[in-house]
Amino acid sequence: MMSTMTSAATERHAQVDARPVLSITDAALGYDGRLLWAGLDLDIVPGQFVAVLGPNGSGKTSLLRAVLGTQPLTRGRIEILGEPVRRGHRSVGYVPQQHLADHGTPLRARDFLALGIDGNRFGLPLPSASRRRKVDAMLDTVQARAFANARIGSLSGGEQQRLRIGQALIGDSSLLLCDEPLISLDLHQQRAVSDLIDASRRDHDRAVVMITHDVNPVLDMVDTVVYLANGQARVGAVDEVLTSRVLSELYETPVEVIRARGQLVVVGLPDHAHQGHEHAPHHDGTAH
Amino acid sequence: MHGALADLWSQLFQFDDYGELIVLVRNSIIAGAVLGLTGGLVGVFVMARDLAFAVHAISELSFAGAAAGLLLGIGVVEGSLAGSLAAALLIGVLGSRARNRNSIIAVLMPFGLGLGILCLSLYSGRAANKFGLLTGQIVAVDNPRLTALLVICGIVVVALLLVWRPLMFVSIDAQVAEARGVPAVALSIVFMVLLGLAVAVSVQIVGSLLVLSVLVTPAAAALRLSASPVLVPILSCVFAVVSMVGGIMLALGGAIPISPYVTTLSFLIYVVCRVVGGARDRRRLPRTPRLATEGA
Repeated sequence: MMSTMTSAATERHAQVDARPVLSITDAALGYDGRLLWAGLDLDIVPGQFVAVLGPNGSGKTSLLRAVLGTQPLTRGRIEILGEPVRRGHRSVGYVPQQHLADHGTPLRARDFLALGIDGNRFGLPLPSASRRRKVDAMLDTVQARAFANARIGSLSGGEQQRLRIGQALIGDSSLLLCDEPLISLDLHQQRAVSDLIDASRRDHDRAVVMITHDVNPVLDMVDTVVYLANGQARVGAVDEVLTSRVLSELYETPVEVIRARGQLVVVGLPDHAHQGHEHAPHHDGTAH
Repeated sequence: MHGALADLWSQLFQFDDYGELIVLVRNSIIAGAVLGLTGGLVGVFVMARDLAFAVHAISELSFAGAAAGLLLGIGVVEGSLAGSLAAALLIGVLGSRARNRNSIIAVLMPFGLGLGILCLSLYSGRAANKFGLLTGQIVAVDNPRLTALLVICGIVVVALLLVWRPLMFVSIDAQVAEARGVPAVALSIVFMVLLGLAVAVSVQIVGSLLVLSVLVTPAAAALRLSASPVLVPILSCVFAVVSMVGGIMLALGGAIPISPYVTTLSFLIYVVCRVVGGARDRRRLPRTPRLATEGA
């Protein structure tokens, strides 16, 4: 377990001279006079898997939004493939927190995937063989053939989540941002979704940034951990960041990290910092 | 007993001199067909964006505007347009989140209805005009009014087709669409304006109390039968046009306003779609488990 992880990490570090997909320099983010985090430096190369951890309200989602260009940084710089961030970058695929489609949307699984190709374009879509081919290929990738023509609102949480990842990948993005993609899925579906994400970075050299409250389901895939807490940011390999010493420093209270049967357990987190399933609702006015 | 029933029947349906009547209401039939087409398309997004309740509030404000227009002599069309655009924009800007939206709608609705009733009480003109704003009328579609309706519906349909794809993207997941560069807020406002226009023209034909039967019921019925992004709008338009034109044709001879005919047809179509769709879904059950690991 330990050894496979280390070798995966070393392998990836060998390509450190590759052009970074995402480069964050001396970044700080806050709003309403409150600083969420500061001092974040992070370079992500193709194929790298980054897990973003931290308590609720520590600014994990805001970090993703900064990378998407929908949330300006307080300080610092973010570049995607050497260009400053801007909204609607073709190379970025985004899967926000679970949001179930309802019955009223006239879209089938395949139409939902197609939105990832040209959903941002105005005018009516003309039938296109290449779009159809891409959608068919992605239906296979996310194992959605069986329900390709089913109403999106009739599918289970795990099925919808696989389609959302497919929608984010279908535009040939080189960076995949996922916000708690495994939340509210059963173990089986968690495995299916995390394998899907892992395969996309192995087979297509995509870089992955995943917010998660529990690192264990993806422990053997993660190269780098970004830990946000108490206004600070720590970046490094799993073994460098998820240690009793580093977390105790971050939380300013004794915290113990225990490894048992290939799982990481954190003991002694302050009450307000519990990484539970409760997530603050989005205050972005996107309900509809 | 038999005689009373026959009386009721002849009050509801009266087909003497039908050919001559049809010519008289030619404008109304054109108006109904165009309105059905527009309402059928708009309704798809009313369902996708969960705005059925908002449609009702906009139509009450549109009624208030029309009544004020009648009272002040500004004109019913102008008044109803002003009322529904104001309501649509208010709901669009203040109610972008579902919970806020519901309370804003609940606040606006009685206010609009009250204001409309006040204006109608003060109005001393023909009583038929008053009633028509609430329950619809067919004979009053003169040429200038038909032209206004055609122009407004034309704007709504063309604009809607232009923004169709990104608006659908925003409707299913605003955050993803926004990250992809879709101007989510601007599109939502654009849709509210189009919805306001569609409500204003519908109010003048079917009346403010029954606008939902054109802007919501046909799309809801279509969604029972299909989830295809092509088939749903087409079915929705067909259902809306059939309800509108069919309702007008049935109402022709009787002394009753057009709206009961339109709403009944629209409702019956919905019931049939629900039964047919439900039966089909049941046949497909039980669904085979579709685990990701299957065959992988």
